[in-house]
Amino acid sequence: MLTSYEVLETFKMIEEEHLDIRTITMGISLRDCSHSDGKIARQKIYDKITRYAENLVAVGEAIQLEYGIPIINKRISVTPLSMIAEASDEEDYVKFAETLDRAADTVGVNFIGGFSALVHKGYTKGDQRLIASIPEALSRTERVCASVNVATTKAGINMDAVAEMGRVIKETAELTKERDAIGCAKLVVFANVPEDNPFMAGAFHGVGEPECVINVGISGPGAVKSALERVRGERFDVLAETVKKTAFKITRMGQLVAQEASRRLGVPFGIIDLSLAPTPAVGDSVARIIEEMGIESCGAPGTTAALALLNDAVKKGGTMASSHVGGLSGAFIPVSEDEGMIAAVEKGSLSLEKLEAMTCVCSVGLDMIVVPGETSAETLAGLIADQAAIGMINNKTTAVRVIPVPGKNVGDWVEFGGLLGSSPVMPISKFSSSDFINRGGRIPAPINSLKN
Amino acid sequence: MRAIITVIGQDRVGIIAGVSGVLAAAKVNILDISQTVLQEYFTMMMLVEISNASIPLEQLQAQLVEEGNRLGVTIKLQHEDVFKSMHRI
Repeated sequence: MLTSYEVLETFKMIEEEHLDIRTITMGISLRDCSHSDGKIARQKIYDKITRYAENLVAVGEAIQLEYGIPIINKRISVTPLSMIAEASDEEDYVKFAETLDRAADTVGVNFIGGFSALVHKGYTKGDQRLIASIPEALSRTERVCASVNVATTKAGINMDAVAEMGRVIKETAELTKERDAIGCAKLVVFANVPEDNPFMAGAFHGVGEPECVINVGISGPGAVKSALERVRGERFDVLAETVKKTAFKITRMGQLVAQEASRRLGVPFGIIDLSLAPTPAVGDSVARIIEEMGIESCGAPGTTAALALLNDAVKKGGTMASSHVGGLSGAFIPVSEDEGMIAAVEKGSLSLEKLEAMTCVCSVGLDMIVVPGETSAETLAGLIADQAAIGMINNKTTAVRVIPVPGKNVGDWVEFGGLLGSSPVMPISKFSSSDFINRGGRIPAPINSLKN
Repeated sequence: MRAIITVIGQDRVGIIAGVSGVLAAAKVNILDISQTVLQEYFTMMMLVEISNASIPLEQLQAQLVEEGNRLGVTIKLQHEDVFKSMHRI
């Protein structure tokens, strides 16, 4: 029989510390949906998604009811659409995005990821068309998320793609400016993108994945923070051990939910993503964990070390608790989605440059960062190039999800609502990167020995 | 399915009577029960078998929440595996 202490601990984690399952994401292969006639391809895509994911939401809700643990999102990821759509002669892929949107609406999921292209070494014609369609696709759909992989450790950085993504982000911001450029919140530029990530906006169903799969993203910054409150003033050894134990418990819950969802849906279980995913709610913040470790305000010297300890301990504890770990698996530091990060930016303790340093020790990069609307496409591309370089050299995933809101300047406030949160506009360097970005070509893949 | 009912809040007369009343009416069998005061919380824990319950799970949970409101305590019913997976390797 379980002890009262154990039951109370679980109860408090869920009721008071915001422990939840952030997402059950069903990955669906669309590789059998290609067709030379775009219309037929879209019908096949719609039919397949709505057939496979028919029960996804109902199963998620049933598990939530029985297990008493909130399952916040039910989502879908699909094969990068550039690969599917390019069998057709159509030039404009916006209609494909609209089909994904409609399918997501039919099955009741809030996001569908996979309006994506992998161009780390170069473009196919489908990649070109998809990327050109991103701004309009994001402005004309609600649920579709787009992502583009521009670099890998093995292939180097495609700087033409980096430059283009700077322009695509600007254009997306312009087309969705009446809603504070919300389109950019659904667009991620990656280096070393994982193929099994369940988290939006960067999820897609990789080509090495099975026909259909269930991936689960856990959460729980609040539970980690509460655990650390109980070891205030202790040495780092105790700190790391406490994070590990908490991560283990959180992940066991994720594993249970993933296995149950997989069984009920008759779909194989893929991975648990061990990321600590914050929300804008008070008590669900990664920044507050860092502060609990003894940093006065997130961004102060020591922050990167604190984050490194946290990220590593979460992985160590989580890996033990799950049969398969994958996805992004690292602490997320999205500014607008984390109450403590927002407060730190407002106080002036957290800058873009410090965030960049933090991305060296955790996934997933510069995430949900609002910058002035007048920021140039080349400056955005420079930001992407820096992140891609960090990912490429360090063999890790990095990403940029940056939002240049037209008409907004440093000091203004931007409100996205819901899990996307809100944020002050952050200052970004006014010095130009144009001549660097406009060179074009590729940055060669790095050497992977002689490391210093 | 076996579930664990957690009751947390201020101690008072009639908590066990109230909760077991709801369970008996719904034909839910109590397998084990313990209570203690832990970290300033009155904590009651019941292991129950709900496979033969006369009402759907959703309704049973709603009735327990309602009873909790009447008694001024928080009541939660969850599948036993939630606790087992977290605390038992």
